[in-house]
Amino acid sequence: MSRLLRDHGRVQQHQIAAGVRDSFSAGLGIFPLGIALGLLILQAGLPWWLTPALSLAAFAGSLELLLVGMLAAVTPPAAVALTVLVVNFRHVFYAFSFPLHLVRHPVAKAYAVYAMIDEAYAVSASLPEHKRSAPRLLAMQLACEAYWVGGGLVGVALGSALPAPIEGLEFALCALFTVLTLDAFRSRQQIPSALLACTGVSVALLLTPGVALFTALLLFVGLLLGRHALMSRRPADA
Amino acid sequence: MPSTTYLITVLAIVFTVTFALRALPFALLGRLRGSALVQRLSVWMPVGILLILAVTALHGTMTKDPNGAWYALLAVAVTIGVHLALGRRTILSVGMGTAVYVVLLNAV
Repeated sequence: MSRLLRDHGRVQQHQIAAGVRDSFSAGLGIFPLGIALGLLILQAGLPWWLTPALSLAAFAGSLELLLVGMLAAVTPPAAVALTVLVVNFRHVFYAFSFPLHLVRHPVAKAYAVYAMIDEAYAVSASLPEHKRSAPRLLAMQLACEAYWVGGGLVGVALGSALPAPIEGLEFALCALFTVLTLDAFRSRQQIPSALLACTGVSVALLLTPGVALFTALLLFVGLLLGRHALMSRRPADA
Repeated sequence: MPSTTYLITVLAIVFTVTFALRALPFALLGRLRGSALVQRLSVWMPVGILLILAVTALHGTMTKDPNGAWYALLAVAVTIGVHLALGRRTILSVGMGTAVYVVLLNAV
């Protein structure tokens, strides 16, 4: 894939470099989580190759950490499928604003969809339209996957050799999403959406703390549909 | 230990469901492109989704380690402060915030 991208010339090389730079801050959170996954899989008594295999098959951090326990307990495949469906359902909502239209090549397009993780969505969503491009997006996604699989392999290699890995590095994801929210929130036109999202996430944390992300996104989309209905009735405000 | 056949079956299922969830909406949206609703949602959604991701990630960190709940809030404040004060350099802001959290959690 990287050779395919390079053929397009020097401008693309700058875009690839920019994409890799975009990925660094996400990598700060992804890499330690990968290590945690590798350690967890060995601790659960599962074979080491499951770490890269799971990372490539699912490529969804929170889900994979959840699956380790289910796999170790030999949970029926149907129950696993249902869990994956519920936990990853949020990705359905990303399609509305993920810049897939930039990617033309069918193989690259399929990869961009496959690698549409939370971090990749978040990083691309915070970029202004004119700075986006297919090579930049794909380079960022490939780098994120390399951090995730690489972190997992490091975790496996460390195994039980490391007595107590440094705690708290996963906070980087928290910090990353905070920073990207600040970058996306740059004009007063964003205030209504931010307030509706606040409402959604507050209700979700109160009512369903276990699946707060899922509920919050569902409520947020519902509120936006209501906003759309209101604006369609009063087109002067639009 | 679970059998290799079981593990491979589950891997195939996990891949299929994950990819389908990411791909199907794009297939459906192709037909809706140009509709006022889809255009509005594509403008409205990013900031809200990012905010929801930030809040739920923070909530997850705070509940996973209740001792560190205040450290997490402090580290988020540091992240925001560094980001706004030092020219919105993402890696610097994320690095400083994370360093504050890791140091407080492990040293205090």
